Amino acid sequence: MKTLVARQAMGRAVRGEALVARDGFSARYDLDRIAGTFSRPAHKLAGQSYVGRILVLDTAKGGVASAWMLREMAARGIVPLALVFNSVNPIIAQGAAFGDITLLAGFECDVTGAVPHGATVALDPAARALRVLA
Amino acid sequence: MKLNDLERAMQAGELGPAVKAAIGHQVQVGEFFAAADFVPVTQAHVMADTESLGVAGVQWIESLGRDDPRARVRVPTIMDPRGTDFAKASVLKHPGWILDLERRAIAAFRRLGIMMTDTCINYQTIQAPARGESVAFGDTGVVIYCNSVCGARSNFEGGPSALAAGLTGRTPRYGFHLDAQRRATLRLRADWTPVTLNDWGALGGLIGRLAGHYWAVPVVEGLDRVPGSDELKHFGAAMASFGSSAMFHLVGVTPEAARLADTGGDALPVAHRIGEREVRALQAQYAGEKEIDVVVFSAPQLSLYELRDLAALCDGRRFVKPLLAVTSPQVKPDADRFGFTQRIEDAGGHVLAGMCFYQSYAREIAEANGWKRLATNSTKMVNILGGYGYVPLLATMEQCVEAAATGRLP
Repeated sequence: MKTLVARQAMGRAVRGEALVARDGFSARYDLDRIAGTFSRPAHKLAGQSYVGRILVLDTAKGGVASAWMLREMAARGIVPLALVFNSVNPIIAQGAAFGDITLLAGFECDVTGAVPHGATVALDPAARALRVLA
Repeated sequence: MKLNDLERAMQAGELGPAVKAAIGHQVQVGEFFAAADFVPVTQAHVMADTESLGVAGVQWIESLGRDDPRARVRVPTIMDPRGTDFAKASVLKHPGWILDLERRAIAAFRRLGIMMTDTCINYQTIQAPARGESVAFGDTGVVIYCNSVCGARSNFEGGPSALAAGLTGRTPRYGFHLDAQRRATLRLRADWTPVTLNDWGALGGLIGRLAGHYWAVPVVEGLDRVPGSDELKHFGAAMASFGSSAMFHLVGVTPEAARLADTGGDALPVAHRIGEREVRALQAQYAGEKEIDVVVFSAPQLSLYELRDLAALCDGRRFVKPLLAVTSPQVKPDADRFGFTQRIEDAGGHVLAGMCFYQSYAREIAEANGWKRLATNSTKMVNILGGYGYVPLLATMEQCVEAAATGRLP
């Protein structure tokens, strides 16, 4: 079992399937928030559902809207289970805090290369740990 | 985080539940970024269009004022563009539910003491912050302009955090409030100086891509003239959009970069040289089609000078495709007084105020109007609208006006 340690973490412990890509994340730029899919054609996860998945991506991109949108997505139940980034901007941290979504960021390695797409992972923010289970 | 007596009182709920929730949110974010303490802010700017808020967000804002009579902002707090221009809602074909949700949000924000300025160019229209002034601004274009061009200090403050800053009068001291974060991390040389606004935007977008993340601070050498406020507006907005960048230095132009050494850039190698070819290559990525459905000038809202230029281009034209020009409620009355609005609308265009196209239910607008191929001179907007199902096309203001008149980009 591989364990990665994050420099920054918040939220509850969760476990789920990882959706992995070396690409950015913005709720406004990248998502069809009604359908629950990545919608920006150039995004590496275009067309894939993010609902209930643990998103493992490179960095947060784009505008400030994600701070509101994560909570709004959570209210409708069309929301990722958790967010994991190599680096995070304030908007995603603010949005995760406001939306009560688990967030880990900042690893010694490239997290998008260390976690296999589709793997089952467990996040433990209290220990700042990401564990690849299967 | 180290809290003072007032902040501890806020945390204990002595100033009411809204302030308690606000500072609780700020402490959570501050501790995530290892902030040592809070920094007082003089202004807050809240991004809160209802497309972002959703019903859940509007209900939350309403609950703040309803449940706590002491929920009032402590520092001047202003508002980013709204989700519609009520005077032009029929042009956009915004349905009643959007207008109703907007009205609820506006009423709820007013109850908290927020000034509904509805602008993303507050540094051109309301009050530009001074060098060294700590503020809590939302809208990435506002933040990057104020950090870079004004020398003020702000992180990207999403709506909930900017509102919290308004309620508490402070924000966690991390990121661009710290001297160390404002030093250059990426040295670039421009071998070509942009000409048009979309050139400036494209150069900003390229630099944003190279910077790649929020914590990178590009320093750029080599520009052969000082860009004006509108040019810097498009440059910064695109950089923030493509790169999540919050600050740049232009050597000899921006206030913390009188000399390259002032930024720490002299210790960095030149990582990239950017010429006209690279700028044209980015623009070519948004030149896939010639036929267009709509022309939009927005993102950021247009200044009075941009509307003046647009009005001159509209004289003697008759548009066969819709043309929308979006500005702030502060600029619109002057555009009316000086006849710019009339000249644009005589050609068949529309001047809208208080919204910004991509923050105004762009997907619903596209579906209701049958718009897909959208021409604009905003590099920021072409980066955003692909995710909303548009084919965004980047061109000069002159080419966009020509497209509105003929249905095709030249």
